[in-house]
Amino acid sequence: MQTSIIIETVIKAIVILAVFSALAGFTTYIERKVLAFMQRRLGPMNVGPYGLLQIVADGIKLFTKEDFIPQYAIRPVFMIAPIITASTAFIAMSAVPFLPEFELFGYTVRPILSDINVGILFVLGVASVGLYGPLLGGMSSANKWSLLGGARTAIQLLSYEVVSGLSLLAPLMLVGSLSLIDINNYQNAGFTSWLVWSQPLAFILFVISGFAETNRTPFDLLEHEAEIVAGYATEYSGLRWGMFFIGEYANLFTVCFLISLVFLGGFNDLWFIPGGLAIILKVMTLIFFFLWTRASWPHIRPDQLMWLCWKILMPLAVINVVITGFVMMFLE
Amino acid sequence: MKIEDLKNRNIGQQNYITVQEDNYPKTNAEVFKQVVKRSLKGELFTGLKITFKIMKDALFKGQMHTVQYPAEKLPIGPRYRAVHKLLALLESGENRCIGCGLCEKICISNCIRMDTKIDENSRKEVLEYTINMGRCIFCGYCAEVCPELAIVHGSEYENASEQRAQFGLKEDFLTPLDKLHLQKEYEGFGSVSSDADEKIKKTPLQY
Repeated sequence: MQTSIIIETVIKAIVILAVFSALAGFTTYIERKVLAFMQRRLGPMNVGPYGLLQIVADGIKLFTKEDFIPQYAIRPVFMIAPIITASTAFIAMSAVPFLPEFELFGYTVRPILSDINVGILFVLGVASVGLYGPLLGGMSSANKWSLLGGARTAIQLLSYEVVSGLSLLAPLMLVGSLSLIDINNYQNAGFTSWLVWSQPLAFILFVISGFAETNRTPFDLLEHEAEIVAGYATEYSGLRWGMFFIGEYANLFTVCFLISLVFLGGFNDLWFIPGGLAIILKVMTLIFFFLWTRASWPHIRPDQLMWLCWKILMPLAVINVVITGFVMMFLE
Repeated sequence: MKIEDLKNRNIGQQNYITVQEDNYPKTNAEVFKQVVKRSLKGELFTGLKITFKIMKDALFKGQMHTVQYPAEKLPIGPRYRAVHKLLALLESGENRCIGCGLCEKICISNCIRMDTKIDENSRKEVLEYTINMGRCIFCGYCAEVCPELAIVHGSEYENASEQRAQFGLKEDFLTPLDKLHLQKEYEGFGSVSSDADEKIKKTPLQY
């Protein structure tokens, strides 16, 4: 019994690592294609059918490129920083249920690495450890732009941790559990039981803070190439740079899974669509939305970002929590 | 001249218009009003709508702007100065060049060479005609000076080469006999315009 659990967990971990590393590469392709279409271009076309093998070509190029470490950089920190980003992004996935349970050769597979009952807390906690990647990378690079990128990492990610935590508090009060499977099962009564209908403000706040925490475009101050060249990643090249971005895209998937699990009904069956397909559709729609905004919306300045976070979003989140509390105390 | 006059010499600057349309808010109430107005206006969603429409048009209405260059080529304007061509007479296929040597004389980078002789009919015959493409700066003087429109600029603009001195010989430039039906009359500078027949006035002899 014990050995079977260990073997199952190891296999699941390998599958998650393999699938999401591959998906990170594939998302770069999708991103390039969608951005190209929105700018009336074709995007990658020449390597493979419709440029599909471009991912492989880019991967080979990235992973065989010279691994450059600047002379005055603090070597161990500089070398470890990308590993922190990538590994925390994958560790955070260990508490996320990706699909509903399914039978494989008569054996019930639960597509979650470990159903700990503080799942969402664990995910948020580990994902916020991920900020050490860009921060340490930026500060150890011996480069002014990297230093600025690292400083911006601190202001952006720290600010939006607060908003994402507070905005999730209200739906968690309704559900009464921190386990993502419990949150999912709370919404199993169909389309109308989705938490987005009872917590629309929390949904909007969490999506905004999700943008900030995954450094997607309206908030990608860390590597805003128009202002600070490439921010924390200026001195990185080759495999280490690639690991930063695998981590970033893995984070993107984690956030999209969190949004769909907490607010959009998770992997419950939706009308005639089976649950496993439903959550994949939801995640794909959210990822398309993330790319869509990248093509449409302008960057904001750091002061605007902090202003938005501390003066608008955090008070709104607190008000939302208070109102939810009063509603639960007096109306139910 | 006083120092104020010296500083105030920029006559162009008084006419600039500031782009900022509305006034900056001064009091906190005005700031709040502006924030609410901008937040509830839904400008971000208008932006999303525009990009989505552009994507839809590009994908389904054929408004994609990409030219897949090595496979597809954009047509080049008739006056573009690309690699030269020597035109042939459409009727006989004879070389249109009369061997006057004007192009060789006018060439400012000295890259045109021609070799002529007087043939048995005591007409000038062009034996060899070369252009050193490594030196040619594509100024277009040779085509401009040619009295017979024999040397023109073609539309072949992909002239990357492995050799610094890349020679083009007469047979490279001259329209081959079997391609004569494909030869188009040059429309660029110095040629007769395509609607010349309508523009021309009848001479008294026509009446």
